[in-house]
Amino acid sequence: MATEKVLPSDPASQELSHKRWVKGTHLIITLSFFVLTVSGFVILMSHPRLYWGKAGNDLTPALFELPISRNYQHHGWDKSIPFKNLKGGQVAAARTYDIFNENGWGRSTHFLSAWFLVITGIIYFITGFVSGHFRYKLTPRRREFSRKLFWLDLTAHFRKQIHYSGKYGLLQKITYLLVIFFLFPVVILTGFTMSPAITASYPFLLKIFFGHQSARTIHFFAAVLLLLFLLVHIVMVIRSGFKRNLLAITFGK
Amino acid sequence: MKKAKLINRRQAIFTGITSAGALLFSSCLKKAPPTYGNILRIGDDLTYLAQRGILSQRALAMEYQKSEITSFPVTDIGDPADPASKKAYSKNYHQLQLNNYKDFTLIVEGCVAKPYKYSLDELKKLGVRTQITRHTCEEGWSAIAEWTGVPLSAILKDAGILKSARYVSFYGFDQYAESIDMLDAFHPQTILAHTMNGEELPARNGAPLRLRVETQLGYKNVKFLQRIVVTDSFADPGPDIKGGWSWYTGI
Repeated sequence: MATEKVLPSDPASQELSHKRWVKGTHLIITLSFFVLTVSGFVILMSHPRLYWGKAGNDLTPALFELPISRNYQHHGWDKSIPFKNLKGGQVAAARTYDIFNENGWGRSTHFLSAWFLVITGIIYFITGFVSGHFRYKLTPRRREFSRKLFWLDLTAHFRKQIHYSGKYGLLQKITYLLVIFFLFPVVILTGFTMSPAITASYPFLLKIFFGHQSARTIHFFAAVLLLLFLLVHIVMVIRSGFKRNLLAITFGK
Repeated sequence: MKKAKLINRRQAIFTGITSAGALLFSSCLKKAPPTYGNILRIGDDLTYLAQRGILSQRALAMEYQKSEITSFPVTDIGDPADPASKKAYSKNYHQLQLNNYKDFTLIVEGCVAKPYKYSLDELKKLGVRTQITRHTCEEGWSAIAEWTGVPLSAILKDAGILKSARYVSFYGFDQYAESIDMLDAFHPQTILAHTMNGEELPARNGAPLRLRVETQLGYKNVKFLQRIVVTDSFADPGPDIKGGWSWYTGI
């Protein structure tokens, strides 16, 4: 019975279809995620240094620095002037380097598309719970947790031909659940944690993400994981029948 | 044949809610900064209205321990005392600095009953607040410092702010300018700082007086303050919006 899912069957009989609200939210989230990725990269280019902790800048040590713009290790700083009454060796220094900075449109584009993502995400969450979509389509059944099935599911991902029965496999379910209930909430909440006004009202955000710069670094890694997911997602969509899958999630019946 | 209805109940409810929402939004937009038809600025306004509507307007920004103070980058448009920094140079400021700011006055004018030029000593008599806060730059970095200064609310009250007042503009000697709304102007942590990390505000950090708005990003914090103008209508002296930037930077 249970092995039926991974057995190949006649592709013609596999009529795939998603509900209309799934198609709609998927489309808007895909588009806003694309815009968020591009604008997020542009924002990161203006300061491609990442830190851990409550604050961090060019005059404090970084976790790592990305060579993605001319701002990478620019060293364009005037002489350091120590603060007389501080004991930790803190200094002030003026920047003499003309940095790359396109945040005027970069930031506003990021937040505009974030509005689309957050509002659509809320609609998706509520509808997903109310309609039973999460319960019936994404929650793994107990019988799925068998070593044999897991092995079949895993190896199926690496075969030349992938057959899709219309139901999600265990790995697929777990991945979708992680993306929906972990990565997206983390990326949105760490985004909020970088806002001075939001954190004034909700200081717990600065606590759970270990500070402003830690939140920025977590935001970066969560976005990288989401992009990795997107890559695997696209590969799987192509390998399991690109045209049919694309129609099923967009304008197919 | 069954007669098709012009509109069914579900459509009626949906249309009703969306048009009510659109009306509400467009009336809210009138309270927000102008967008000049730019979709990015419409998004900025949405953020501004949402943050004003949802967040607590009296909540204080996180304050830190002395041990958490960090180094502080200076990333402005130039030193107003240095003739080499063409656009930012101010001869008046240069003179003031040579005299250690003894003749410095802060002009407060606009929608106030008593426009006045305050000396530093007169300002210091109006009140004092010390806070260790985080400066968050739009570029992505942040820095923590201790600031001591005069609450802006005390200055505005002393000047007799009028009921018609809606926005406060700040002009620096370096030709830099910004404005904030009344909620941020009267926020308890909004101060004009004259002391940084326990010493007189260093020259390149905005001496002798700079703005600190802790609920917004770094670029709101005008340095080398020269003049405050209270207005009864929206003013964007930067200009931020026409310069391609968000006027409100709570995010």
